[in-house]
Amino acid sequence: MPEPLQVLTSKCVVLSQANIDTDQIIPARFLTTTSREGLGKAAFYDWRYEADGSPKPEAVLNRIDPAERRILLAGPNFACGSSREHAPWALADYGFRAVISTSIADIFTSNALKTGLLPIEVDQAVWDDLAAFPDHPVTIDLEAGEIRRGNAAPTPFTVERFARRCLLDGVDTLGWLQARLPDIAAFEAAHDMETA
Amino acid sequence: MPETLFDKVWNRHVVTPETPDTPSVLYVDLHLVHEVTSPQAFSEIEARGLSVRRPDRTFATLDHSTPTLPAVDGVRPYVTPEARSQVERLEANCARHGIRLAGWGSEDRGVVHVMGPELGLTRPGMTVVCGDSHTATHGAFGALAFGIGTSEVGHVLATQCLLQRKPKTMRVTVTGRLQPGVSGKDMALAIIARLGFGGGTGHVIEYAGEAVRALDMEGRMTLCNMSIEAGARAGMIAPDPVTVAWLQGRRHAPSGEAFGRAAADWLTLRSDPGAVFDSEIEIDGNAIRPMATWGTTPDAGSPVGAPVPEPRDATGARALAYMGFTAGEPTTGHRVDVVFVGSCTNGRLPDLRAAADVLRGRKVSPGVRMLVVPGSEAVRRDAEAEGLDRVFIDAGAEWRLPGCSMCIAMNGDFVGPGQLAVSTSNRNFEGRQGKGARTILASPATAAASAVAGVLTDPRAYLKEGVDA
Repeated sequence: MPEPLQVLTSKCVVLSQANIDTDQIIPARFLTTTSREGLGKAAFYDWRYEADGSPKPEAVLNRIDPAERRILLAGPNFACGSSREHAPWALADYGFRAVISTSIADIFTSNALKTGLLPIEVDQAVWDDLAAFPDHPVTIDLEAGEIRRGNAAPTPFTVERFARRCLLDGVDTLGWLQARLPDIAAFEAAHDMETA
Repeated sequence: MPETLFDKVWNRHVVTPETPDTPSVLYVDLHLVHEVTSPQAFSEIEARGLSVRRPDRTFATLDHSTPTLPAVDGVRPYVTPEARSQVERLEANCARHGIRLAGWGSEDRGVVHVMGPELGLTRPGMTVVCGDSHTATHGAFGALAFGIGTSEVGHVLATQCLLQRKPKTMRVTVTGRLQPGVSGKDMALAIIARLGFGGGTGHVIEYAGEAVRALDMEGRMTLCNMSIEAGARAGMIAPDPVTVAWLQGRRHAPSGEAFGRAAADWLTLRSDPGAVFDSEIEIDGNAIRPMATWGTTPDAGSPVGAPVPEPRDATGARALAYMGFTAGEPTTGHRVDVVFVGSCTNGRLPDLRAAADVLRGRKVSPGVRMLVVPGSEAVRRDAEAEGLDRVFIDAGAEWRLPGCSMCIAMNGDFVGPGQLAVSTSNRNFEGRQGKGARTILASPATAAASAVAGVLTDPRAYLKEGVDA
């Protein structure tokens, strides 16, 4: 169950490339794990490390302090590809708590919300503005549903309402589903007959 | 109110409808499980003291981390101890929770999206989920099938349900007829090139039209399989007599009178006349040629032999630089190092036949490594019964055990750094088939022709029938 997230103020890391796919976020060879912990090392591994495992000094993700930059500002169609929840696990373990893009893949959005990594879609003008000043702290206020930075007018954003409630209040999604079990059982009794 | 195929299947599975504050609770008929995306989900439900609600609606297989070379002295050649332990974890989880597993030694084992339909587990009108983005494959039967993350795998294990907002709908109509030598894979690549990599995001696609209806079930599975490569979580095709005939006699399909009743219901699952889609596109099937990708996204595709387009932006330029291709030139002049035939996209019997038809009596070009990996044990048995394995081996290709293999390259089968591969799989991302690997996506016939020629090649030159190019 993810940690509640109400307000986040942080600088950004910009990865402006379009179509950053899940194999970039975490290469498949790291998926043989049976744990969800400790995947931050694998995040963008082939962007950050040489074949011999030595860090690439020019890689932006090796040059920054993740604790200072908890917002990933990514190019369009971010996290397209696989359904691996290892992708948001790796990003969150690296240190990110939010991803901002002009478009984010469906399955990743769903997985990220369950990981406590907030995916936010903004329009291109807002994205360009944020990308121009990655060193300026940005405040993401989930309760108010707005991004605030400097003197600019707040930028509203929306997050699916149930997922938003879960993040704000730390609602446990599986627990909530379990509370629907009487409805599920009633549905099942009729449905099993039809599909037997 | 006319309904779409998607509406009909969705509505049958709504336990509680969505409200502004909460998504629908959607019932899952079939939950397919593999070793990579499930261990953390089992851990989660066990930590809560929960059991698997419907083991009878859950079915597992081993495919992603499994070696495709046989055991030596009883020892399977896993790529790492972690891969072995991941497989053993699923074996233990299935044993503990009473879940059927097509494991080592099972004649049913296969790539999850090949195995499910083969066994008749996938049927029209069902909801099918799996922790795997290519779950859309099962939509070829008129099921609503989509990939989920590991947290959701846990939700389904514990409650047999998911929380879902209703997606938008898109209809892709392919008119006309495919030319000889042009397959469902080429149709899929042409559609994705048209839609763009994220063009289907937020949508469920229904594929329709004469050219789609003319595909066999395997071609339809290939088409639906790649829906995610346009960003769509699911792709569907309305069941028809081809679907019904394919399912008859499958082990988990109904039999006798029950089959007739089920089939009558399945044939009602079609979009009503006048049903409204959020978006529609139409493609001329007559105009589709054998397709190949030139970039590092599946939408970067064009007919084999066409010049590579000028990059539109820095991302496009990066893709060309990674691939080593030049704008304005065709990619057919580059030496191919590896050819891979297999995967949940193209690892079925007709795919292997298409590759074998090209290879029969020919040799894989010196310097090309060709790997043929059947999608399941059943495909392997059928292919060997027809002698396809001999065709591949005689041509100089390797004939392997079923698995995902080089498509996701996490089992030790991979394309080397800088090597150029022509692959029948579904993703050409940077490093997808191995660190530094360069991937051209194409059909089985194109892959086989490229293996013979040693460069990317239009397969129609190798087919017997006269071809109107």
